[in-house]
Amino acid sequence: MMLRLIAALIVFAVPVHAEMKIQEVTSPGGITAWLVEDHGIPFTALEIQFRGGTSLDAPGKRGATNLMTALIEEGADDRDSRAFAEARDDLAAQFTFDSGTDSVSVSARFLTENRDQGVALLRSALVNPRFDQVAVDRVREQVLSGLRADEKDPETIAPQILDRLAFGDHPYASSGNGTIDSVTVLTRDDIVAAHAGALARDRIYVAATGDITAAELGAVLDKLLGDLPETGVPLPADADWLLKPGVTVQDFPTPQSVVFFGHQGITRDDPDFFAAFILNEVLGGGRFSARLMTEVREKRGLTYGIGTYLVAMDQAELVLGQFSASNDKVAQAIEVTRAEWAKIATEGITEEELATTKTFLTGSYPLRFDGNGPIANILVGMQMEGLPIDYAVTRNAKVEAVTMADVKRVAARLFQPDQLHFVVVGQPTGVTTTP
Amino acid sequence: MLRRSGLWAIAAVGLSVPAVAETVSTFALPNGLDVVVIEDHRAPVVVHMIWYRVGAADETPGNSGIAHFLEHLMFKGTEKVAPGDFSATVEAQGGNDNAFTSWDYTAYFQRVAADRLDLMMEMEADRMRNLRLTEDDVLTERQVILEERAERTDSSPGALLSEQMRAAQYLNHPYGTPIIGWRHEMEALSREDALTHYERYYAPNNAILIVAGDVTPDDVRAMAEKHYGPLAPSDGIVPRIRPQEPPQLAERRIALADERVSEPYLLRTYIAPERDPGNQKDAAALTILAELLGGSGQTSVFARALQFDTQTAVYSSAFYDGTTIDDATFGVLLVPVPGVSLTDAEAAMDKVIADFLKDGPDPAALERIKTQVRAGEIYAKDDVQGLARMYGEELAIGLTVEDIQGWDDALAAVTAADVSAAAEKVFDRKQAVTGWLTRPEAEPAKEVTE
Repeated sequence: MMLRLIAALIVFAVPVHAEMKIQEVTSPGGITAWLVEDHGIPFTALEIQFRGGTSLDAPGKRGATNLMTALIEEGADDRDSRAFAEARDDLAAQFTFDSGTDSVSVSARFLTENRDQGVALLRSALVNPRFDQVAVDRVREQVLSGLRADEKDPETIAPQILDRLAFGDHPYASSGNGTIDSVTVLTRDDIVAAHAGALARDRIYVAATGDITAAELGAVLDKLLGDLPETGVPLPADADWLLKPGVTVQDFPTPQSVVFFGHQGITRDDPDFFAAFILNEVLGGGRFSARLMTEVREKRGLTYGIGTYLVAMDQAELVLGQFSASNDKVAQAIEVTRAEWAKIATEGITEEELATTKTFLTGSYPLRFDGNGPIANILVGMQMEGLPIDYAVTRNAKVEAVTMADVKRVAARLFQPDQLHFVVVGQPTGVTTTP
Repeated sequence: MLRRSGLWAIAAVGLSVPAVAETVSTFALPNGLDVVVIEDHRAPVVVHMIWYRVGAADETPGNSGIAHFLEHLMFKGTEKVAPGDFSATVEAQGGNDNAFTSWDYTAYFQRVAADRLDLMMEMEADRMRNLRLTEDDVLTERQVILEERAERTDSSPGALLSEQMRAAQYLNHPYGTPIIGWRHEMEALSREDALTHYERYYAPNNAILIVAGDVTPDDVRAMAEKHYGPLAPSDGIVPRIRPQEPPQLAERRIALADERVSEPYLLRTYIAPERDPGNQKDAAALTILAELLGGSGQTSVFARALQFDTQTAVYSSAFYDGTTIDDATFGVLLVPVPGVSLTDAEAAMDKVIADFLKDGPDPAALERIKTQVRAGEIYAKDDVQGLARMYGEELAIGLTVEDIQGWDDALAAVTAADVSAAAEKVFDRKQAVTGWLTRPEAEPAKEVTE
């Protein structure tokens, strides 16, 4: 069998991008960024993250950070929405603004030939957005339209129920997009306040890749970000975990139920994180050879796809899983999932699973660094997670160092079959809400 | 989550353009396999793809979904590779793999460290001619594709509307049949159906090999000769002549009401010309037309008229993908603001189209789009997998390397008069299907809270 032949080839370590040197650049004004210079293609990818994100919403203002983020590109300084978009397109610059649970992120691409103008335009949007009332009202309608769609989307309803049950009063308990009620009454002042609270220099992380030198980047950082306020609003506190084990069924008229399930997880800086990471990959990694994919999809045809994830947010951690299954198959799919959960908790994984998963994880890691955009994205993510600048070259050794004893011990700690809560949105046969 | 098979291959062909030509080499093997090598030596990574010139539109009537079903079954093993071991082997190398099916092609790819390319070729060549299927594998996987249909189509009123509209758009051409298949036909697909399709179409003379990344053409040629070279061609490969559309003489209207709908919207598609070898002029003009009309939430003609100057729509767009063998479609979409009926929204949209036909494109807007086309060429070089996919898709529908590399020139050459002429021709309601997605009650809709 071919697989046996290949076994001899398995031990390998691809160097991470042989010429990839990550530099730490500190601007004259004191802003730090990580940089990979690559002058092969005449553009620069810039990634910026502001820690906090939608969790910074003030009480009663749920959705303010999200709406603010959507409005950054709707006009700045003397340009209204249309003039701003035209100026951006004239430069063929690309800007994306996004808000997440723990951060507001900005992705930008600048051509080398007009980088200074592109930077000036982006600075204008970040520092002096107009938030014209007419734009607020128009974009608000788009957000509300999305919220109405969410109410009819089982793939949104299910995780929202899980969050609500798990996080009580914490911002994590509700969608960062806000509710129809909260977004409807947001004012321009709320948007201005959200902007001042979220986009501050005390919570900023920057990475750049491409056709730019360290000295050039230093100047860009000061020009782009130097005029933002020094501090923003305080970050939220840790979230208490309130989810009790059981099943919650939300009736929804659809032939196929959406199921989200999980329990508490593990922090990113836990010494056992890498063992947990390997275990999750074996149980519910997105790969076809993962145990749940094999048992639920390949052997029984109960779903099109099933996966589990270690979700490590700033203030809470989950082991989260999801699948969809026809209403008459949900009960069996849940049963198989529970059984696999119990099996890995008590038996751990095999030597072969440990070895092949390590090979996959160490082999696939360098493949992520395959372009200016992806590299800048990875580098800013590393900073957000508090990882050292040499992480890219030490990470695989941390994966390799995990032993059978580690995974056995961590499996028993991580996977708690009697703590699982399943949220089912649909009309499943033989599945009911537990008291 | 990793999904096998991207059914709807919505490649953003429009404004993405190829990298500089000198990094692309092509050759063919004596057994008919076409090979394209795209070099990018920035990272020690390679993408290996096999594209078969067969898709859902080549299925025999009554067997809808068989092209896509076979794509799933291709992971069930050969004499040399046990079921599931194909992906497991790729993963053991740190790589990932997947496959997707469209109306015009079926493709398989792996992304691995560059020094694992030989192994990928060995396995992909092996399953090109040596697939083994058991009855059990086929029956279980059929459940999976039925779940896939439930998840991606039956659970989504929007997907159902699009499926119904396509069926109405194409009066005769098999583009009207969904790639995943009609459920009642999927339920009857058999091992024999899959093997018949496989044996006829999966052969070197019906395939294109694309290798992109940290490789040289010489190395690829040596490996391809070793692994793909010995494979026998199929004698069942014939020109892809599908039933063609008759003149479309009557406007069609579709209304789908579903209680899972939150935002009523209207979607209209018009039959439209596709990109043809040696002639991409009309398609280039339509690509620019879609960009002008609905490509931007701030500056496009629809956005200005329907979202800024009047508060008619929450969202609007126009779209066109001419990368097809036979007739393509040009689409427009409008989501009205609450309180505006679909009737009024549609009238407003039709007035915008009529005004555009009268006034023609704004020269400054046209120039701005061309600036982005030129920049797109630079940005596209950063994504070698995207380039590989573009070459594969476009070669699989019969375009040549010259056509592919000439696409940005074709876009750059489009004039305001070309856009107006293309618009005049495509906006013919007799050749269009208009779809309304609503809730069962009469719209306009009120808020619904669960």
